[in-house]
Amino acid sequence: MSDDTKNPTPAESTATAKAVHEQVVAHETGRDASEPPVPRSNQIVKEIFGGSAAISVLAVVLALVFGGILIVLTDETVAQTSAYFFSRPTDMLVAMWDAVAGAYSALFRGSVFNYLRADDLAVAIRPLTETLANATPLIAAGLGVALAFRVGLFNIGGRGQMLIAAAAAGYVGAYIPMPPVIHLIVALIIGLIGGALWGGLVGLLKARTGAHEVIVTIMLNYIAFYLVSFLLRTPGALQAPGQNNPKSGPILDTAQFPPLLGDQYNLNLGFILVIVATIYVWYLLNRSALGFRFRAVGENPNAARVAGIKVERVYVQVMLIAGALVGLAGVYQVLGNFTGGFASGLDASIGFDAITVALLGRSKPWGVFFAGILFGALKAGSYTMQASEGIPVDIVLVVQSFIVLFIAAPPLVRSIFRLPTPDPLFQWRTPKLARKAEVNQ
Amino acid sequence: MSVVTTTREAGSGLAPSALIVRSWKAPIAFAIFSVLGAVLFIALARGGDTTYRLSNDTDAIVLPSIVLPADATGIATVVLMAVIAVYAFVLVRGGSKVPLWLTTLFALLFLVGFLTWAAAGSTVPLVGLLAGALTVSTPLIFGSLGGVISERVGVVNIAIEGQLLAGAFVAALVATFTGSAIVGLLAAMLAGALVSAVLAVFAIKYLVDQVIVGVVLNVLVVGLTSFLYSTVMTGDPDLFNKPERFERIAIPLLSDIPVLGPILFNQTIIVYIMFALVPTVWFALFKTRWGLRLRSVGEHPKAADTVGINVRGTRFWNVLLAGLIVGGGGAFFTLAAIGSFTKEMTNGAGFIALAAVIFGQWNPIRATLAALLFGFATNLQSTLSIVGSPVPSEFMLMLPYLVTIFAVAGLVGFSRPPAASGKPYIKS
Repeated sequence: MSDDTKNPTPAESTATAKAVHEQVVAHETGRDASEPPVPRSNQIVKEIFGGSAAISVLAVVLALVFGGILIVLTDETVAQTSAYFFSRPTDMLVAMWDAVAGAYSALFRGSVFNYLRADDLAVAIRPLTETLANATPLIAAGLGVALAFRVGLFNIGGRGQMLIAAAAAGYVGAYIPMPPVIHLIVALIIGLIGGALWGGLVGLLKARTGAHEVIVTIMLNYIAFYLVSFLLRTPGALQAPGQNNPKSGPILDTAQFPPLLGDQYNLNLGFILVIVATIYVWYLLNRSALGFRFRAVGENPNAARVAGIKVERVYVQVMLIAGALVGLAGVYQVLGNFTGGFASGLDASIGFDAITVALLGRSKPWGVFFAGILFGALKAGSYTMQASEGIPVDIVLVVQSFIVLFIAAPPLVRSIFRLPTPDPLFQWRTPKLARKAEVNQ
Repeated sequence: MSVVTTTREAGSGLAPSALIVRSWKAPIAFAIFSVLGAVLFIALARGGDTTYRLSNDTDAIVLPSIVLPADATGIATVVLMAVIAVYAFVLVRGGSKVPLWLTTLFALLFLVGFLTWAAAGSTVPLVGLLAGALTVSTPLIFGSLGGVISERVGVVNIAIEGQLLAGAFVAALVATFTGSAIVGLLAAMLAGALVSAVLAVFAIKYLVDQVIVGVVLNVLVVGLTSFLYSTVMTGDPDLFNKPERFERIAIPLLSDIPVLGPILFNQTIIVYIMFALVPTVWFALFKTRWGLRLRSVGEHPKAADTVGINVRGTRFWNVLLAGLIVGGGGAFFTLAAIGSFTKEMTNGAGFIALAAVIFGQWNPIRATLAALLFGFATNLQSTLSIVGSPVPSEFMLMLPYLVTIFAVAGLVGFSRPPAASGKPYIKS
């Protein structure tokens, strides 16, 4: 900590520059320098998502290295060979290489291309479709989290929004018979509305009472969980008739997402919907008036308010849309994934993974899309890793959280790889006026 | 919004003294609960008697059981609650505040009425109920104490869950290795501090948003502990996951007090540490130089910096201290309550602790009371589900989270976090 005082970190110098900038602006415009500053959360969102793609790639590489270290440390062969390391060190090194190479080649086989079955193309490309299927809910939920991020809100409530959306869509899908196509559309829309309302509630509380959205979303996650658990064990609500398990009945055929590549693959209509959702979010943020207001509030709510944007209304609007997007993930889980009936664990921690997806994708729609595919690949591959190498799927959680930690702290990645402080990035962050002011001094 | 603003101004003395701010929240809440009580206890009366068993047959002093007729008790409590509601209404109208003892009395009455109604026709083991509540509450109290310290110094601690889980895991592992529960407890504290250190480094040095770091740390700890549990612990449970447990220590004489004795004075050492810790943290926060500095850093870091307090250093070391406390609470899971580690065994306790911090208004004593309340609600649910209560258990489990939303939304009480909590300090 002590050397900080001598060498200011990039963030510090940025902050100094920013302060200078504010003073200069205040001087030039004759305004008081004590005007309300941009809320910190808005600045941070900008800083995190302003980083370069190189940082993202390095973060993924670093996280995989850490994952490898963990695999080596817990590998049994490595432990056995380490006992006689000093007499025959090569044994242990070979064992270490085998453990890591085995793990990551299994990851590749399970997520991209199964080269062991290269003779049969239909089987060999199956992992790729699994990756896309696993990515589907991650992208949908990631978009919801990312959209809220762009307004400066932390949507930690993915789990609750997914559960409510899933319960709503699942009820329609399992218990209300309707003609084909219409059934699917109605179930989908009801589910999206469910997610939107659960998300919108957060926006409403934030707008009306100023309640911090992080606390509210965390608490709403648990409320949704217990609510859905209750419904799932209540006959006449969601519980399958004549059953004792807290589980819903199977989704009727008419409401299931149809498969895209035939019944042998899990890839279904959900993936198309997610592509549509990505395009929609891109359009919303970059081409629509509503998206402009979103971004304006995200940049600086005080300035947006002065410009005549109703900030409170924006909070409600963005949380409604974000809730619907996360809800799409919940709908996918019941109508496309657990079609035999769902239980309260249906969210499968996707609501939390979505936060990491949004961070890795830097909250840009297509960034989230590809980040979702990467994490989908990790997820799909982890099952092969567990089956063939005996490595628990939890390793994916570790790798994911390392990725986010590294992305969130570019200075750390830079210091590990001894990269210079990127000047273009630094200049991009520092307003021109401020740089001029520094030179003049 | 407006309600909160007026209260804040009145609290800080900014409002003119002639202006009397009347807060109608308490009488309105009392009225709502009285109506709720009337509906449940009278309209939906269940008949029969409720027996409260006060002591076990093996106790030194055996108290007779109390038998309450459910319907009559329901009517009596509703009438008393209505009287309190009217009295509170009169008080507020006259310009004075509703005192805390009145709220406490009201809550107790509602609780008695509810318990008598819900358990009508069966027996409530009062000692077991309260002792169980203390067991559930203990890690929550450790968690909320850590949360209070961390937030008071200006670092939002979403990672309480991760710190508890890390503590639980390391305690199990180390106590099994060394065969000593005390060493396990110390190791758990270090594990909690390690999670805190990551939080502190990222939040204070790299200025990463504290909420993001907290959320990610929770995922990281879940991933790491689950991974190591699956690879290492399940491979040889006797070698890795069979910790030496803390024995219950009965304090002579005190443990023979009827009802309270077995609950409070026949506990493991972790609980006794907790008894000492709560007043210590309160005293240290509000009566010592350390506490004054800590709070000033959390409220107005620039002012603290101006008078020569090292803001980043104060934050760093106190976040570590918070981690030590929470990690020790995590050890309670594996060394006292359950006896071995299982995947994700904290099961959201860290988030309830976070709720207790907010509901307890960032005050160690109030946060402890909130944690006790939440622990009681959780344990009441399991007791009532055995007795066969008409209230679905999920709604009882939901209670802490619902109450917290009401609290942060300003509908119940009012919550104002330390002013600089969550904001990194950048020296300019």
